Amino acid sequence: MNKNKEQLLNKRYKAEKRFRLYGQSAIFMALLFLTIFIFKIFSTGYSAFQKTWLIVPVTFDAELMMLEQNPSKEDLKDADYYDIALKSMADLDPNANEDQENELKRMVSYFFEREIKRELLNDPSLIGKTKDVYLTASDDLDQVFKGNYPRDLPEDQRRVTDYQLKIFDQLVELGKVESKFNLSFFTYPDSREAELAGIASSFMGSIFSILVCLMIAFPVAVLAAIYLEEFAPKNRFTDFIEVNINNLAAVPSIVFGLLGLGILLAVFQLPRSTPLVGGITLSLMTLPTIIIACRASLKAVPPSIREAALAMGASKMQTTMHHTVPLSMPGTLSGTIIGLAQALGETAPLILIGMVAFVNTIPGSPLDPAASLPVQIYIWAESAERGFVEKVSACIMVLLGFLIIMNLFAQIIRHKFEKKWS
Amino acid sequence: MNLILFTFIVLLGFTSYYFGRRKAYTIQSTNKRLTALPQFYGYYLAIWCAIPAFIIFSLWAIFEPTIVKLLILSDYSNQGYLDDELNLIYEKTKALSRGQFTGEITPFIEASAEKYLSLRSIAQSSKAVIVLSIIIASVAYAYKKISSNSKTREPVEKFLKAVLFTASLAAILTTVGIVFSLIFQTIDFFKVIPLFDFVFGTHWYPAKAFVRDSSEALDPTMYSDTFGAVPIFAGTFFIAFIAMCVAIPIGLMSGIYLAEYASVKVRQYAKPLIEILAGIPTVVYGFFAALTVGPFLKEIGNSMGLDVSAESALAAGGVMGIMIIPFISSLSDDVITSVPQSLRDGSYAMGATKSETIKKVIFPAALPGIVGSILLGVSRAIGETMIVVMASGLAANLTLNPLESTSTITAQIVVILIGDQAFGDPKTQAAFALGMSLFLVTLCLNIVALRVVKKYREKYE
Repeated sequence: MNKNKEQLLNKRYKAEKRFRLYGQSAIFMALLFLTIFIFKIFSTGYSAFQKTWLIVPVTFDAELMMLEQNPSKEDLKDADYYDIALKSMADLDPNANEDQENELKRMVSYFFEREIKRELLNDPSLIGKTKDVYLTASDDLDQVFKGNYPRDLPEDQRRVTDYQLKIFDQLVELGKVESKFNLSFFTYPDSREAELAGIASSFMGSIFSILVCLMIAFPVAVLAAIYLEEFAPKNRFTDFIEVNINNLAAVPSIVFGLLGLGILLAVFQLPRSTPLVGGITLSLMTLPTIIIACRASLKAVPPSIREAALAMGASKMQTTMHHTVPLSMPGTLSGTIIGLAQALGETAPLILIGMVAFVNTIPGSPLDPAASLPVQIYIWAESAERGFVEKVSACIMVLLGFLIIMNLFAQIIRHKFEKKWS
Repeated sequence: MNLILFTFIVLLGFTSYYFGRRKAYTIQSTNKRLTALPQFYGYYLAIWCAIPAFIIFSLWAIFEPTIVKLLILSDYSNQGYLDDELNLIYEKTKALSRGQFTGEITPFIEASAEKYLSLRSIAQSSKAVIVLSIIIASVAYAYKKISSNSKTREPVEKFLKAVLFTASLAAILTTVGIVFSLIFQTIDFFKVIPLFDFVFGTHWYPAKAFVRDSSEALDPTMYSDTFGAVPIFAGTFFIAFIAMCVAIPIGLMSGIYLAEYASVKVRQYAKPLIEILAGIPTVVYGFFAALTVGPFLKEIGNSMGLDVSAESALAAGGVMGIMIIPFISSLSDDVITSVPQSLRDGSYAMGATKSETIKKVIFPAALPGIVGSILLGVSRAIGETMIVVMASGLAANLTLNPLESTSTITAQIVVILIGDQAFGDPKTQAAFALGMSLFLVTLCLNIVALRVVKKYREKYE
């Protein structure tokens, strides 16, 4: 009997240990996913912050550029740079035939003409001289240099030819290939060519959408929360509003996209693909989040504050506006920032209202067509070119960086400015 | 012009605030008792100045185009034009008056354009005159009220309260907007496709509806066997099921561990770290699933001799499950911590171990709340879009094999509506019908879940 009891007890203790282990491994799994995830994004994305340049000697031959003697600034702007650009690439291999010259040209981005032009405009005295110019390497060679390109594939399966690789290796040996910080990733708009694609256009799109969202959602949500928390009578209608808010907070985001498409675009005829429509759609999504946060922080203000103000002869409205609302602001603001962070990462509704259009200009106002950072991630992820994979990861890093900053900011506001009662 | 008038009204509002307050001070200087603080006199005057003007201003902006259009097109009535042709004429008129018209200019349209311009200028000037006279009248009325020292605080506060109330209607308006945006297209859709075919049909090929030549009349028989939503619904629930298979065990066990076992320090770090998973945008998960998980599963499958699609339901569902872990873990954590300590103490006093207490006492007590959190997780899984769009297939296969690709409601909506849409096309309407079913399903889940959680909270508070 005693032995039986001991066995049973042992069994129960073992079960206890096992259960504990399940719990620990669940936490471990969740954290493992997070780590893999972040590691994967960083390991594929960090290389996008470097860009490969070919250093090519360019001879600024006035005759080839069709320039007269002593050209003015205007003449330089209108000059023909294509020929000297082509010639300087072709000169990399003096024995190249016509096909090979073409291949040489494709080793750099199609921007190379403009890069040479910029060089001359900066220093017009270069005419007739030869200078080493930095030219953006094509995205495939960029990947080769970063070691992401499968060089051992048979030639007909890759976009880089053996000839290009041979010349490229020669250049590397001569030290004529350099990797520098990829500033253009932040200053260029989207492009079909991976080596020229940047996040400037989608970044501005995101900023404009978030601003529109903030300007609409914040005032409406705060006013609504004040009404519901401080003034609303307890009746059916108030309950109905509350049920509505709680449900809206859980409606799938794509349904808001359908709302934007069916009402804002089809009925109100607002311009498609613009941050204005995106911002309005996102503001409808963020509204419940901010209302809930604002109500919670209004509720946290102790009744003694209100009673003191009322006792001093303030009206209900004065009590609310002068005392309760200012005291609740830290909580409301941090809730607003978290809501905006959610809106910043939202993709599906923006796709439905047409913010996936290819935009290769940087939008200057909320009425210009634009993409947004998450949509840019989607567009690039769907693109087949190898060079875009690291761009996607880099764009994700930028987006996650913003989300982390916003959340930290919300935390700081909450901890620094929120009064602790009790 | 509108902008100038708008700024002008705003400026006048500020000025009248200043004058109202000054009036209060003059009343005070005559040793009369004020009925409210001086700034309320200012607010009172400012509200009376700006609000009626704004109302007229916005009404004008809404109705002016319609009225101008009616006046222009009245010239063309009795000439047997169709509605579409009249609209075209109006668009041409507008374009010509802006000098952007390219094409043949007929004398008729030229006359209309002239009329349009003159109507517009009349409208603009009369708007300015009317708005200004309204401002003068209402400010005069309010100023008289102030001068006779009648009540100002009560009307101002009533007005503010009305503003607050209007803001709180935004939530209802949004819901109404959602229902409206979905319902008309959905009804039109079911006029062409019988409800029965949609709910019970097993073939979903919306691309087929797109081949139709626009000159052909709508022929409902063409669409039979095109919009059968069973594969879509099945795929949605299947992927949600896979997601919950990942999320429920991990989420629930982490919630239990955090609430019952973890030390303060572990909890302090582990909880926010897990919650990061909920803050990552879904498009990022989608990229992760498509780039890493999908090919990884395919490789494993191939090494075991299985035929795994690179866009398998397993990859999408699994990654979606990871995304849902924090929803379940933090909600069940909250629910478990709010179970009263007396229940635990009672169980320990009877000699139960910690895990027995959790399994036999706390879990049953917290069950309603946990079920609520799981339902919210399911609703999120069903409504999740980007992961499925990027990682699962877009072709609607009716399959229960997790290694094949399936499609979901959300993915189909995106596939149909990405790019240009033609309203009135059955394919576009199908997306709205899918949206309607998605909205209804998640609405039911949310209502049930929120009810359960709320009931549970009341029980222990």
